[in-house]
Amino acid sequence: MKFKLHNPFSQGFLVIWGLMTALPLLWVIASAFKDDNEILSDPWGLPGALRFGNFARAWTHASIGEYFLNSVIVLSVSLTLTMFLGATAAYALARYDFWGNRFIYYLFVGGMMFPVFLALVPLFLVVRQLGLLNSLPGLMLVYTAYSLPFTVFFLSAFFRTLPTQVAEAAMIDGAGPFRLFFRVMLPMAKPGLISVGIFNLLGQWNQYIIPVVLVSSDEDKYTLAQGLAALAISEGYRGDYSRLFAGLTLAMLPVLIVYAVFQRQVQSGLTAGQLK
Amino acid sequence: MKHGKYPLLAAFLLPALGLYGVFVLAPYAQAFLIAMTDASGLSNRYKFVGLDNFVALFKDEYFRNALWHNALLLVLLPAITILLGLFLASLLNVGGTSKRAVSGLRGSGFYKIIYFVPQVLSVAVIGVLWKEIYNPRSGILNSGLRAVGLDSFAGDNLGNPDMAFWLVLAVMVWANVGFYVVLFGAAMSSIPRDIYEAAALDGTSRWTTLFRITLPLVWDTVQVAWVYLAVIALDGFAIVQIMTRGGPNFSTDVAGQRMYDTAFTDSRFGMASAMGVVLFFFTLSVTLVALRLTKRERIELA
Repeated sequence: MKFKLHNPFSQGFLVIWGLMTALPLLWVIASAFKDDNEILSDPWGLPGALRFGNFARAWTHASIGEYFLNSVIVLSVSLTLTMFLGATAAYALARYDFWGNRFIYYLFVGGMMFPVFLALVPLFLVVRQLGLLNSLPGLMLVYTAYSLPFTVFFLSAFFRTLPTQVAEAAMIDGAGPFRLFFRVMLPMAKPGLISVGIFNLLGQWNQYIIPVVLVSSDEDKYTLAQGLAALAISEGYRGDYSRLFAGLTLAMLPVLIVYAVFQRQVQSGLTAGQLK
Repeated sequence: MKHGKYPLLAAFLLPALGLYGVFVLAPYAQAFLIAMTDASGLSNRYKFVGLDNFVALFKDEYFRNALWHNALLLVLLPAITILLGLFLASLLNVGGTSKRAVSGLRGSGFYKIIYFVPQVLSVAVIGVLWKEIYNPRSGILNSGLRAVGLDSFAGDNLGNPDMAFWLVLAVMVWANVGFYVVLFGAAMSSIPRDIYEAAALDGTSRWTTLFRITLPLVWDTVQVAWVYLAVIALDGFAIVQIMTRGGPNFSTDVAGQRMYDTAFTDSRFGMASAMGVVLFFFTLSVTLVALRLTKRERIELA
């Protein structure tokens, strides 16, 4: 019963941190509707009118739409490729005994320990040698390669937990190894695929360092995160603040919607990586 | 399973291994070689210089200054984030008392949803967002301070070399706390409720409960958190690059930013690779030390 006395106190701390988290985001969304004068003279005030024109200007004049589309194109390939290569490799490592199995497994999993920026310079050189600098295919391949460690780690743990009886039954029914994987094992691994898929979706969508290094000199190929940061720098000189806030809102919105819809899966998908 | 095993292994492993080899393993291996050359980004000619880059690096006061900031982050970021995370998670999970059972506070699910939001945002969004909050003219920090009469605190923020580092650190804490509230919360929810009931009957204070009961029981998770936050602290490049580019006057410079500028502004690829190698070993040793230092008897809850 002693704890009960502390309740208003605890509730207070929780509310304060809640406001610390939510207020900045609400402020950005509110500012996206203001005009520059309101933004500069009354930062805490509400917009005088709902100026949707800010969003239109951010989308077209500030190229947010183009950057957005680039991100969507890159992710539609890189995410598919990540899931396919990750699932097949994880399955081979989890379900087959062969010489070098452990070695290959640790080769993949070891990649989780080191952030990408450590190998930034040679990565740049490798991509340049392949002629993939300033290109979306280059980004697709690099995103996929750097998503593999966690994907393989997570999915091989998942494939190991699947019951063997089902696989055996399918084999007796005459299913070959490929058929077994695509028709039986993959559907059974769906919950694991969804978790790691959301993890990769957010990770690749939010990726900043890789495009900044690999797509630095062609603005038409900028991804959304990168384009937004570039916009923030140029708006600093030009002073079109409302457009920047509208761009910021447009960049936040898709992930916030994904999060709102798949809230439970997102939390479990992102925390699962750290608990193992 | 013996029949037809190798076609599947080849088809399933080789594409992934190939891609991983070209874009991850090869760059890491090459980093060590390039670090021992005077390669520049502009020409393909270079010569082998042995360990000269590393010797120069340790004499380089800008690199040392940047490493010092990483070291500060390495201590402060995990400490502050974990303490705040544990505190909030314990409020959410063992804060309320309904009838007899010690339970989470009302609305704890809602708080967790809100707290977790920064985790799904891009570092670019977070960086730009806070840069605008700190904006001396139009940001809500300064106008908020003025509104409550603290005008003297409303300064240049990121433009002030004495303040900038702390403001960037605050953003890093802000971006990470919510994730650890959820992570620690999950660990705490597996602690049997009767332990807390017994403590409550004994009249144990909130702080004693947190440090003597909850913390030892979630230690495994705290250890993992420490390692991950240490890696984030040694990186720190993206947020610094977006918010300050290491300035003003190198007051927020981190090793990643130094490496980026050395490679892509100065075109000194050999030197930048050497920085990458140094950071690689820092990350490796910090991870190992963190794992060793935080090692403890695991408490089994049967």
